[in-house]
Amino acid sequence: MTAIAEHAGPVSSPSRRVQAVWAVSDTLTITRRNLLVWTRVPAYLVFTVVQPVIFVLLFRYVFGGAIPVHTVGGYVNYLIPGITAQTAAFATFGTAIALAIELKKGVIDRLRSMPMARSAVLAGRLVADTGRMTVTILIIIGVGYAVGFRFDNGFVPAVAMIVLAIVFGVAICCISAFTGLAIGDEESVQAFGLIWLFPLTFLSSAFVPIATMPGWLQAFANNQPVTYVVNTMRALALGGPVWPSLWKSAVWLIGIFVVFVPLAVRAYRRAS
Amino acid sequence: MSQVNGVRDQPAILVEGLTKSFGDVHALRGIDLSVPHGTVLAVLGPNGAGKTTAVRILTTLLLPDGGRAVVEGHDVVREAAAVRRSIGLSGQSAAIQEELTGRENLEIIGRLYHLSWPQARRRAVELLEEFDLIDAADRAAKNYSGGMQRRLDLAASLVGHPHVLFLDEPTTGLDPRSRLGMWDIIRSLVAGGTTILLTTQYLDEADELADEIVVIDHGLVIAAGTAEELKSRAGGDVVEFTVPDRQRIADAVEAIASIGEGEPHADPHTGVVSIGVGSRGSDALIDAVRSLDAADVVTRGLTLRRPSLDDVFLTLTGHAAEDDGQPGGRRRGARGRRRGGNQAEDKVEARSRS
Repeated sequence: MTAIAEHAGPVSSPSRRVQAVWAVSDTLTITRRNLLVWTRVPAYLVFTVVQPVIFVLLFRYVFGGAIPVHTVGGYVNYLIPGITAQTAAFATFGTAIALAIELKKGVIDRLRSMPMARSAVLAGRLVADTGRMTVTILIIIGVGYAVGFRFDNGFVPAVAMIVLAIVFGVAICCISAFTGLAIGDEESVQAFGLIWLFPLTFLSSAFVPIATMPGWLQAFANNQPVTYVVNTMRALALGGPVWPSLWKSAVWLIGIFVVFVPLAVRAYRRAS
Repeated sequence: MSQVNGVRDQPAILVEGLTKSFGDVHALRGIDLSVPHGTVLAVLGPNGAGKTTAVRILTTLLLPDGGRAVVEGHDVVREAAAVRRSIGLSGQSAAIQEELTGRENLEIIGRLYHLSWPQARRRAVELLEEFDLIDAADRAAKNYSGGMQRRLDLAASLVGHPHVLFLDEPTTGLDPRSRLGMWDIIRSLVAGGTTILLTTQYLDEADELADEIVVIDHGLVIAAGTAEELKSRAGGDVVEFTVPDRQRIADAVEAIASIGEGEPHADPHTGVVSIGVGSRGSDALIDAVRSLDAADVVTRGLTLRRPSLDDVFLTLTGHAAEDDGQPGGRRRGARGRRRGGNQAEDKVEARSRS
């Protein structure tokens, strides 16, 4: 009780070190809250777990036979790195929608009126969603293994592929966070907030070799970030030259962070 | 005494010349407020009057354009962190995580107030008991009734033992029973020494709970005082009756126009006609009966009554409290209260006293 009263009493500014500790603890609290919510809503679990599995099975057994690739181990080896990247990107739908809901309902107002670290709401959302995304990625790879996928390039590059998928997902997550906060309306976010993810992921090397596309489409598909990331992941998983696509991926990802982290933070500060 | 305990001698909330615009919309055009410790100030006004903007500035969610606001001795702009440590905010909708249980919601808020886990758990139980939610503590909040959700939201705003509590329309959308329950809770908080600023569109709520009332319209304070003081400004007693035949309202208005001090007010939807009669009281009532009889208008429920805050609002603003203050502004839909919520009313209205 005394400790509670201490917190309520006015009001000496805590030291910088204490503030830093609180920022971490607040972020973990928000992370915990978000993960709890995730486990309570069956629809979220289906979205994160079942849907990617269906995608893997669909492409592996239905479309895959019609897609010619020159990859060791066949289409399944071509597919899994691509679908892993796509799944990481799509997992960020949840980020945008959750932030839009919290904004609209006044949850963010409540948190911002409290003496907690202001960065924690966004940071906790990002950490929780990264955790969620990692689970999804591991499920995809597990299912991939069950249907014939194999890492052909050793353990460390395999881990590097997973890490790259996560970093890519976090980058998209920043765009999603900005989108959710800027639009601030669940239905709008759901309807068109992230619709650009469909062309971005499908008009890439994720599912089919770009050479099979018409020329004008190849110009786009060859020069967009998802293709660079997927090509890097494929090289890490299966062998082949990593560097040419890795540096382009890195430039894109850094660019996304540099632009969208400040945008998301600004949208959060202004959110009303 | 004043040297020893300077903060105590200041009001809990002090607002001077506060302004805020959103583009061309002047939400606040220079308002002043002062709320002594342990009292309730009701900020009354229609949608779009600037109530919520004022609350958002006072709770550090929004920066003012001009003026000054001080809460518990701390400037809301320069000492926002200190302000946040002494306030609680409960908004118009329940800002709780619906998928989580009531207990989890409160524990998480406790952790964010930097209580240890055992402290946060204890505080959650205390509040769940106090707000009669202990039986529902482990159910997801989305299964709570509207009244329970609002109680949980209020409980969440109290986790940090705030000295000053901001309640933005705490009973909007609640059924009458939940509303009375919320009033009881607010009264007991005040009895415990909490200072409360509440915004409301409901005049009876302000009448019931507030020590002081401030009426805001179009971003300006247009009246301030106790409920009694405001009522005495409404021009004394009111003669009121209902005309069942809506076609005859105009005749009724004409018949009684000369008995009172101001213009009659008529609601074309409910058929309620009223007129302020100052201190003429029963004489005016007799005049009204004679005039209406002479005009052959049938009425129901002819009464002489003390003015309500509704009358005050009408007198001060020229429109009813739950009309949308701003033409073209966002409306919440008519709420079916007496004289409530129809813009057409303003046009038909026979009265424009100023």
